[in-house]
Amino acid sequence: MKKVYPDASAALAGLLRDGMMIMAGGFGLCGIPETLIKAIRDSGVRDLTIISNNAGIDGIGLGMLLDSKQIKKMISSYVGENKTFAQQYLAGELEIEFNPQGTLAERIRAGGAGIPAFFTRTGAGTLIGEGKEEREFDGQGYIMERGLVADLSIVHAWMGDSEGNLVYRKTARNFNPMMATAGKVTVAEVEHLVTPGDLNPDHIVTPGIFVQRIVHVAAAVKHIEQRTTRKRTEAPAGTGEEI
Amino acid sequence: MAWTREQMAARAAQELRDGFYVNLGIGIPTLVSNYIPDGISVQLQSENGMLGFGPFPYEGEEDPDLINAGKQTVTEIPTTSYFSSADSFAMIRGGHIDLSILGAMQVAENGDLANWTIPGKMVKGMGGAMDLVAGVKKVVVVMEHIAKTEPKLLRRCTLPLTGARVVDMVITDLGVFTIDKRGRSGMTLIEVAADVTLDEIRSKTQASYKIAQNLAQAAPVIPTAAAE
Repeated sequence: MKKVYPDASAALAGLLRDGMMIMAGGFGLCGIPETLIKAIRDSGVRDLTIISNNAGIDGIGLGMLLDSKQIKKMISSYVGENKTFAQQYLAGELEIEFNPQGTLAERIRAGGAGIPAFFTRTGAGTLIGEGKEEREFDGQGYIMERGLVADLSIVHAWMGDSEGNLVYRKTARNFNPMMATAGKVTVAEVEHLVTPGDLNPDHIVTPGIFVQRIVHVAAAVKHIEQRTTRKRTEAPAGTGEEI
Repeated sequence: MAWTREQMAARAAQELRDGFYVNLGIGIPTLVSNYIPDGISVQLQSENGMLGFGPFPYEGEEDPDLINAGKQTVTEIPTTSYFSSADSFAMIRGGHIDLSILGAMQVAENGDLANWTIPGKMVKGMGGAMDLVAGVKKVVVVMEHIAKTEPKLLRRCTLPLTGARVVDMVITDLGVFTIDKRGRSGMTLIEVAADVTLDEIRSKTQASYKIAQNLAQAAPVIPTAAAE
């Protein structure tokens, strides 16, 4: 069975339909499967429910699918960087389901592992817990959250081989490994496509069993959302603006 | 004189202990990393999947694959490790992080915290805040004592909660309070910024609180090398 496809459109051929649910890896603009997102935009598929920690920024990442109004609903933990998102949400064109970031990560991990639900303290006693089953364990209140499985997962990796084994780079790993496990079909874009045996088996993070299709994106453009630097003469300093 | 943002950060840094694993929120909490006391080694956790991170990179050395939870470019240090978001929140939700320092819009005398949404205004999302306050061993809030003229330390929060009974300590520009979030001792004022009076604090605080018998009044020492 051949998993390697010549380009992103070919890798998604036959998988896309209106109204489907798609998981997209990445944190901010770091580790997003941008080439696959572009191919989804170009396919014209509509009414998508997208599960992703963030919603890109205007015109970049999932922002592309917001601009083209292909998204019906987002399941995310934070969407504060996207003006188009705000406009469409306030106009009632877009639904949002906020999940605490750890709950989102665990729902995806659970979905991929065949776990239909779990209990967590996160969100107990808040709006997030309303309407959810509550249980007490060892004197603490917990709420039940459901596992998530998507029709399709799209992920970005640093290296992959033709078997679909994946290795990620630095903080571009984030949600990608869990999402790879939680798609009925998972398509991975990789910056370096290698032959089996080139990756050290001890270093593989996502085993190929979770990846059905793979595409090489040699010239992936990566974006920096907050470019923060220090001068060579300066002592280390952190800053940060309040949101 | 009320404390400046830097002095509040320096006071929060006094809660660090050698060997702590710490998560710092955006805003004043980020400044805490500039005031880590001498002789204390801590590892900073970033919830996007990094433990142990260094300062901002030199110009020209920014790496799009290497960012913190505020999406800012950062650097590796010798102790750095990378992991998935699920592992990251296993650290946070599993009680492996010793200290979380974060900002707030409101804190109640029972330890309730509100910092993620204002109904009727645009909602950005809670990110990792609900997980941090539910899972981290000690939660310290650093915030301005009032918002314009509105008190932020309240009997009960009026905004939707980020967590119920989760805050252990509040550091404002006027002083420091502890909260007995699991017990019944409520909120206690333990420290006052230099030249701030108890009357001023009382007039700007809606929450009820006790005053510690050994109440301290002093500005924290700011390490000169780190002062801006």
